[in-house]
Amino acid sequence: MATSTTLTVNGVTRTIQLDDPRVTLLDLLRERLELTGTKKGCDRGQCGACTVILDGRRINSCLALAISHDGAHVLTIEGIAQGNRLHPVQEAFLAHDGLQCGFCTPGQIMSAIGLLEEGDAGDDPERVREGMSGNLCRCGAYQGITEAVLDAQKALGAASRKEVA
Amino acid sequence: MNTFDYVRPATIREAVAAASEPGAAYLAAGTNLLDLMKGGITRPSRLVDISHLPNLDRIEEPSDGGVRVGALVRNADLARDRNFARRFPAVAEALMSGASAQLRNAATVGGNILQRTRCAHFYDVASACNKRDPGSGCDARGGDNRLHAVMGWSESCIATHPSDFCVPLVALDAVVEVEGRTGRREIPLEMFHRLPGDAPDRENLLDTGEMIAAVRLPAQAAQFAAHARYLKVRERTSYAFAVVSAAAALRIENDTIADARVALGGVAMKPWRAREAERVLAGAGADTSTFRRAAEEALTAAKPSGHNNFKIELARRIVVRALTLAAAGTSERLPALPASPFAATAGVVSHV
Repeated sequence: MATSTTLTVNGVTRTIQLDDPRVTLLDLLRERLELTGTKKGCDRGQCGACTVILDGRRINSCLALAISHDGAHVLTIEGIAQGNRLHPVQEAFLAHDGLQCGFCTPGQIMSAIGLLEEGDAGDDPERVREGMSGNLCRCGAYQGITEAVLDAQKALGAASRKEVA
Repeated sequence: MNTFDYVRPATIREAVAAASEPGAAYLAAGTNLLDLMKGGITRPSRLVDISHLPNLDRIEEPSDGGVRVGALVRNADLARDRNFARRFPAVAEALMSGASAQLRNAATVGGNILQRTRCAHFYDVASACNKRDPGSGCDARGGDNRLHAVMGWSESCIATHPSDFCVPLVALDAVVEVEGRTGRREIPLEMFHRLPGDAPDRENLLDTGEMIAAVRLPAQAAQFAAHARYLKVRERTSYAFAVVSAAAALRIENDTIADARVALGGVAMKPWRAREAERVLAGAGADTSTFRRAAEEALTAAKPSGHNNFKIELARRIVVRALTLAAAGTSERLPALPASPFAATAGVVSHV
């Protein structure tokens, strides 16, 4: 039984024929839409490599059934830069060596964007670490990741103050 | 993962009818169910997707002064609801200490109550497990059982219920609203989960096709807001299930405990209300010796089910510490590390 699912991914509306209800949002992004920036780590909701922003909130795309999210808006790592201008969180990860092998990085960055949106962390490194605990980094780049998130928070704060002015 | 029919009902009535068929399971966010299906632990032949049902994602304040939380409210949304967190701070703290930010953003209130145990032998389909495969035995007995139950377990199952959310809820007299073929009924959360006995595959009082529509807290639950905490010891600081946890809520008048609520998590196949401890606390002074007596009472029925004798003494200490934190007062803002014993709290000694 084929069912069509419509998703707006990185601003582009896509209709996908699903011939199998088992397809997760993660597999749909990677296998059907060829957006392989979102990584499959554990595929069981434990590592955070598959983090995307779904309808404005960070979630594990490996534990979301695509068919259940008909009509949703999805933001992935491919959709955050503006042309050649990196997103401030991407800039901050580069500036603070927030990665080594890079496999967890798209999930870390999407999770950080979600965290900054949620607005719970402020400038407290403990709250940043707590808020990022759903993203594992086997290389152990946690110190750089925490610094990057704090720095990105500052940069985004300055940018929004500028916009207001 | 086995394949399944996917059904998306438009009303609760349609959902209940669809889920009354053999092999059917309800799907909300799927954060627990999909994990179980990927591991072959549960194999539903039909998923009834209730995540699009209307009106189940609301936090309402009925005229009786309590709160009614729809089954589809996301864990993070409930914890962040300012009014809810102000009135029921221990519930908000428990929610924010559970899982990860990504999971809390997706997981629902109803799903949290219905989540399955994390017993490694339940998850390992090569293990004997009376819960997964009734009558097959229990490899957790004599197996990996360091984190297993110390209360209410049976020879057939020693697993624990993993929810944080349910612990303060049961302490505060939460009621579960259930919809089924014969309409709506209410079940006190304290009665909702079944102890394993000789049928560990039956985990709660839901009949075939029944679904959780909402969970309610009574107005009296808000009277503990000034002195209500949740404390949870984990094997890592964040993003782990409880080894042992406790919710403590006090109503203090003139330096005396007028009323108390205590419940334990991670010790049994249900959130464990410690009424004996509450009786010790009521009318007593809010001091460490009272808290120690309450902790002793809370654990009198405890016995180890394996390599977990340490959990009994740990649970006593967690009760004392949770009560000490509650007596010190609910903090204005959730600690940086919610429910963590590593969170610094002004005026409270870290070791008791």
